[in-house]
Parts: sequence; C-alpha cells; structure tokens
Amino acid sequence: MDMSDYLSMFIDESNDHLQALNENLLKLESAPEDISIVQVIFRSAHTLKGMSATMGFEDLASLTHEMENVLDLVRNNKLKMDNFIFDTLFKGLDALESMVQDIIGGGTGKADVTPIVANLQAIVKGDYNSAGASSSSTAAAGSNGDASSLDEFQSSILLQSIDAGLSVFHVVVTVREDCVLKAARAYMVFDFLERSGEIVKSTPSVQDIEQEKFDRSFTVFTIASISEEELRKGIESVSEIEGAAITKLDRESLQQLGAAAAQGAPAVSASPIAAQAEVNAARSQAAAAAAPAAPAAASAPAAAGGNVSRTIRVDIERLDALMNLFSELLIDRVRLEQLSSEIRRNDLTETVEHMTRVSSDLQNIVLKLRMVPVESVFNRFPRMIRDLAKTLDKKVDLIITGADTELDRTVIDEIGDPLVHLLRNSLDHGIEPIADRIAAGKSETGTVHLRAFHSGNHVFIEVEEDGRGINREKVKQIAIKNGVVTADEAKRLTENEINMLIFAPGFSTADKISDISGRGVGLDVVKSKISSLGGHVSIESKEGKGTKFSIQLPLTLSIISAMLVKLGTEKYAIPLSSIVETSIIRREQIRKIHGNRMIDYRGSLIPLISLSQVLDAKSFKEEEEQETEIVVIRKGDKTGAITVDEFIGQSEIVLKSLGKYLTNIEAISGATILGDGQVALIVDPNALIK
Amino acid sequence: MAEEIKVIVFGLAHEEYGIEVEKVRTIERMMPITRVPKTPAFIKGVINLRGVVLPVIDLRGRFNLPEAEETESSRIIIVAVNDLEVGFIVDSANDVIDIDADSIDSPPEVVGGIKAKYLRGVAKIGDSRLLIMLNLSEVLNKSEIIQLEEQEV
Repeated sequence: MDMSDYLSMFIDESNDHLQALNENLLKLESAPEDISIVQVIFRSAHTLKGMSATMGFEDLASLTHEMENVLDLVRNNKLKMDNFIFDTLFKGLDALESMVQDIIGGGTGKADVTPIVANLQAIVKGDYNSAGASSSSTAAAGSNGDASSLDEFQSSILLQSIDAGLSVFHVVVTVREDCVLKAARAYMVFDFLERSGEIVKSTPSVQDIEQEKFDRSFTVFTIASISEEELRKGIESVSEIEGAAITKLDRESLQQLGAAAAQGAPAVSASPIAAQAEVNAARSQAAAAAAPAAPAAASAPAAAGGNVSRTIRVDIERLDALMNLFSELLIDRVRLEQLSSEIRRNDLTETVEHMTRVSSDLQNIVLKLRMVPVESVFNRFPRMIRDLAKTLDKKVDLIITGADTELDRTVIDEIGDPLVHLLRNSLDHGIEPIADRIAAGKSETGTVHLRAFHSGNHVFIEVEEDGRGINREKVKQIAIKNGVVTADEAKRLTENEINMLIFAPGFSTADKISDISGRGVGLDVVKSKISSLGGHVSIESKEGKGTKFSIQLPLTLSIISAMLVKLGTEKYAIPLSSIVETSIIRREQIRKIHGNRMIDYRGSLIPLISLSQVLDAKSFKEEEEQETEIVVIRKGDKTGAITVDEFIGQSEIVLKSLGKYLTNIEAISGATILGDGQVALIVDPNALIK
Repeated sequence: MAEEIKVIVFGLAHEEYGIEVEKVRTIERMMPITRVPKTPAFIKGVINLRGVVLPVIDLRGRFNLPEAEETESSRIIIVAVNDLEVGFIVDSANDVIDIDADSIDSPPEVVGGIKAKYLRGVAKIGDSRLLIMLNLSEVLNKSEIIQLEEQEV
C-alpha cells in the first residue's frame, strides 16, 4: 500500500485531532473534575496514535502513547490532574503539532521528545512530585495540624449566613475502612453538598481529598438549604460512607471554633508554605463552587464531539465547479419558467414550479458550502493566550464573541497568522504586568476581546485589550529615528496616523524597539496580509485605557441578506446590515438646508442622498415623484436616507467581485447574480455617508 | 517552415482583426449587460458568464470608432490576459485560421484610426486579406483607463 495517497488525509485528520485535544485540554483545565472530557481527549489521542503508527510515524505514535498512558490513569480515577500534568500534556501537544508540521513540510516527523516522555513516564509512576511540581502535599500537612481552622473571610461568611437565618453545618464525614475509591466517594459527597448548598471550607483541602490525601474522614463547613436530617441522609446514601457527624452551628459555637483557629494561627503563619496552602485551598473552593455547572455541561462536549466527526472533506475547487454549474442551472430554470408560462400546460407548470422550489433550496445549500465560521480560527487562541500569559507572567482573560460569524473559506485560511500577531502584540505590549495594572488602579487580570461580526459588506474582526494604550510620543520619536518619517512630517501627523506608524516596516525589527512601550513586532506583516485579502486594519488607542485593532475584511465570496431596489430599469442590492428601515416620504417633507436636501427622521435631520444621482442612473427621474421610497442607512453613528425608485424585496445574495479590471468603483462594492441570471450591483452604503 | 499561430478572426467596423486563440476563453452571443456607473464609456458593464461576473468592453468605443447598434452577428469574445479577464464586444466572430508568424508585419502608422500601440502588427493572408493583430495587454492597459477617467471628471 502506498502511504503517500493517504498523507493528506492523515495531515487533515491529525490537525483536527490536535485541535480537539487542545480545546478539550483547556476545557478540562477549567473543569478538572469532568472525567467525560478526559474520555474525549483519550479517544482523540488514541485515534491519533493509531493513525500515526499506520502511517509509520513512530515518534508521533510513541509520544501519543505516553500521553495516552497518563490520560488512561486519569480517566480511571487513578490520577488527578494538576498543573504539572497539564503543562506536560500541553508540551506534548506542542511537540506533536511541530511533528505534524514537519510532516506537512515533507519531513519525516521525527523529533527528540525524550524530556517530555520522561516527564510523562514520571507522572505514570507517580514520582513526579519530587521533581518539583506542586507542593500541595507538603503544604497540606501544615494545614492539617489544625483540623477546623477557618480564616477571617470564611468565618465572616459563616457568621453572616447565620445572621441571615441560613443553616450552617459542621460536617465530619467518615468513609468505611474497606472503601476502595475514597476520592470518588468524597467527590460524590461533595457533589451532593454542592447541590444542596454551598461549601465554605473543607479540611483537608478539596485538592488533597481528590488525590486521596486523607485518612478516613474529612471535615466540611457548609451553608445548606436543607435540614440536618436531609443532609445526613444524602451523605449516607453514598455507598461506602460509614457516617456523617453533623453539627448545626450558631454564632457561639462558630466563635469557639474561630478561637481555636486563632490559636492555631501563629503556627500556620509561621510557615509560608502553609499560607500558600490556604490560598490554594481557597482557590480550589472557588473552583468547587463553580463545579455544579460542570456535570450539566459534561454531556454537552460529548454530544458536540459526536457532531464534529460528521463532516466530509471536499476539495475547494470542486465546490467552485459546483457553484458555477449551479449558476448555469439557475439561468436555465428561469428560461424554463418563461417557457412554461408561454405554453400554459398544467402539468408542465407544476413540474417547473416544483423544480423551482427544489433548486432554490439547493441554491441555499450550495452557496453556504463555502462559508466557514471563524470559530475554526478562533479556537486555537485560548490555548495560545494561556501559554503567552504564563510566559509573560501576566493575567489575561480572553473573551471571544461572534465565533459563529461566517467567512469564505479562502479568507479563513489566511486570517489566522495576522490575528496571532495582533493577539501577541496585545498581550506583550498592550496588557501591563500585574504590578503596573494594580498601580494604575486596574484589576490585575487584563481582558482581551476577540470579536467577529458582519457589518455591511464586510466582516470585522476586532482585537481589543484594556492595557496601557499606545504612547504616541514615543512612537513618533522611534519613527523619526528609524527614518520612517521625517521630523517635519511627524509634526503634522494626526493621532490616527501616528497609531498607524506601528504598522510601518521600519518598526518590525525587535532589537530597535525593545525599549519602546508602543508596539511593533511583525505588524507590517499583518498589514500587508490584510491588504492582500482586500481588507484594512485600523487602530484606536487611548493612553492608559487600551487599544483596539479593527480588521475589516470584504466578503469576497459570501452570502449576505440584501434589499433589492429598482432605479428605473436597473436593479441594485443594498446590504441589509446597513439598513435601519425603509419608508416612504412625500415631496413636501424634503427640506433644503444650505442647498442640501434633508429630511426629518425621528426628531433629527438627516441628509437625503439620491441613489440615481450617485450612480448616474438615467432611466429614473425622481424629481417627477410625489412620493419617494427611502432606505435609511447607518454608518457608525451617522445616519442618512437614500432615495430609490421602488423596493423589490429582501433576498439572500451571493457577493461576487467585479474582477480585477474594474476596481475601486465609487459607491459599488461588488455584484451579485439575480435569480434571472442578470447581474445586479451591490451598493456600498458606507461610501454614501461621508 | 516558420511558426504557425492559430488566430480567432473577428470583424469590427469593416476591418478584420485577430487574437491568438490561446488568449480567448470563449465566444458568446450577446447577453444582458449591467451598466456599471462611474466607468469610462467604452466599458459597457458586466455580464454573468456562468456564475462569474465579467466586465465587458465595447471595442469600438475603446478604439474611438463610431458606435454601432448591436446585431444578430454581434459577439462577446472573452479573453484572458495577465490574470485579467474581460469580454470584448465585436461586430462578428466567425473564423479560426492559422497564420505564419513571419507574415505579421509591424503596424503602419494609422490603421482605421486606431492608435498604433494597440496593434501588434498586420498579417497578410493570401493576396488581399489583411488581418490586424491586437496587442491585448495594451488594449487592457489599466493605467491608461485611469487617465481617461480623470479626464472625464
């Protein structure tokens, strides 16, 4: 069997599996309890291993094998995920990715992965903790000394709850001596407690309990919404639990416990490790509090995973061929419709009508085939941001919106790299280090928004961060120093033009600008890439507040909803996304201000733009009209009204470019082919409002 | 034996013109053309060629020849040059012939009022037939179009 035939399939599928592994591992990191995610990860890894082995990529297969071993222990509850395991698995994934990249580049996919393999094997053997991973075990010993120490925060929560009339319990759960899966049982108890109330504190910490680092009993402070009896029943219904000693707490008994804690406090604070353990415990509690959502979500990823596999791969050229053939079919359809209306035979008319319906459904499907949600690109960023934030020692939340926005496949393939650069830039230069953020009075966690949305004939992708903003003075100085602009020119630049300087090629060498608080690395590449896609980039930045990169991309071959209008004999399409509303105005409602025609629209005067004038449409004279149809459009916060001859109706249209010969035609952003095979031009509303 | 080239022959204002066959994609009958505003007059508009939107140039207009009504024999010749694809409206297109590359002479100063730079040369076929070979990349020269547009404004 000649394997090269299967190589492209292997590469595609490997990439899919790697992506899925990445995503699910990230998901798992935020919900480490969820074994169902581990199952999905395990399956992906297993398939990848099998594929690699079949294709003869032994290094790939053996690394995947080691990762699989770890995952196998996790899914069988024999191992609990921790930071070290996550990091090692992520490193493994990176190695796999670079191997696959090597294969794509024609290499053999060989790589030295001994350190990662050694780590993975250490995890399987269970002796990795000594290698300097999390110190929770030693830390836990410190805090175990005082079984029921509550910190100030926790006791104040409990006190407040008691004051508010809620029931607060001190629960000591003991598992049976012959209990086989202590951690699992404890998990079930926690699960129950979380469903019936809120756990304020557990001893030992949740993490330790998960790792079976407790003897036979553990203690929990919980604010429950149920009675003591129900609580006991619920806990004892978990098998292999010997019993639960439940004490309902009031102010007095709580204060006694608090006093005990105060005595224990010096001992605790004496050891910085123990203090760290408290923080860890508090964190894991926060995680535990978020956990109730997890079981519900658990079934979702599995279901989604099922959907993902139900796709097939099609060569994009075949899709193009399909599109073109389909357009021809459409023309014939219209011809048939005409013929049947001339011939007037019932069964012919019926058949043609049916064909019309079927083909318009078919049209929808065919046209949407090329459209892909940007999700497929956005998906790789959470992982990237996680790693970058770790390397830069910053705290960053990535918020993705509009991942379902659809873009043409060809654009999707190209847009990834520029976005990587912009996001890196936002993290590296935009978001300040934690200390600086606190000093600036901001929350220590920076936020990066990644948005995609449709507007007009464009898709916008924005990267916005709440960091320090661009220091324009410095950018100017560097630009002058690097010869990007002269000192004279620099004086005349507007704020926006200075912002754009960071896209200049002169800014791309890292060593020259490493001292600058502005930006620079590789941004010229971003600009040229976006321009090659027919889009453009803009920047908004406020010093101290943050920066927003906005990429505007044309929908080269995508489908939008549009309003079809007539100007005499000509038909035009206006993208629905720019339209606020349509209405009819009477001649006397048009006012003239400084020679400009305006109308009163909801209390404000907006300009009236004659579409036939803008487009030189000679077959329509609107001066003769008593009543005029208008389309109210919006560009940002500006509004205007376009006068047209007649509305045809709303329709889904396929955007086509006018080709390379006709470029930059004023007020026209493209063309579309109407149902009758005729070409209609698409009006660019953004060009109409100045 | 000199190199032979295959040429599509078309008629325009009583002259015969030729385009190398490999630059011609298809020859179409006249079809509805959608006007594109703010373009030079010789750009008639765009057509739907089986799902692809293509600009159509009236070659008479491009060469400043007198305009003519379209007739039964009018055709749109779709040509592709340097990844530009456009249609030419011509009076008729009805022949494919082989000509000897050596028989193409450099263009005379004036041929039917067309600027010499649009022409690659004139081929003599047989005794009396003259075929004007077009220099397509000049005909489709965009910088010139931009100049034309500026003059109109």
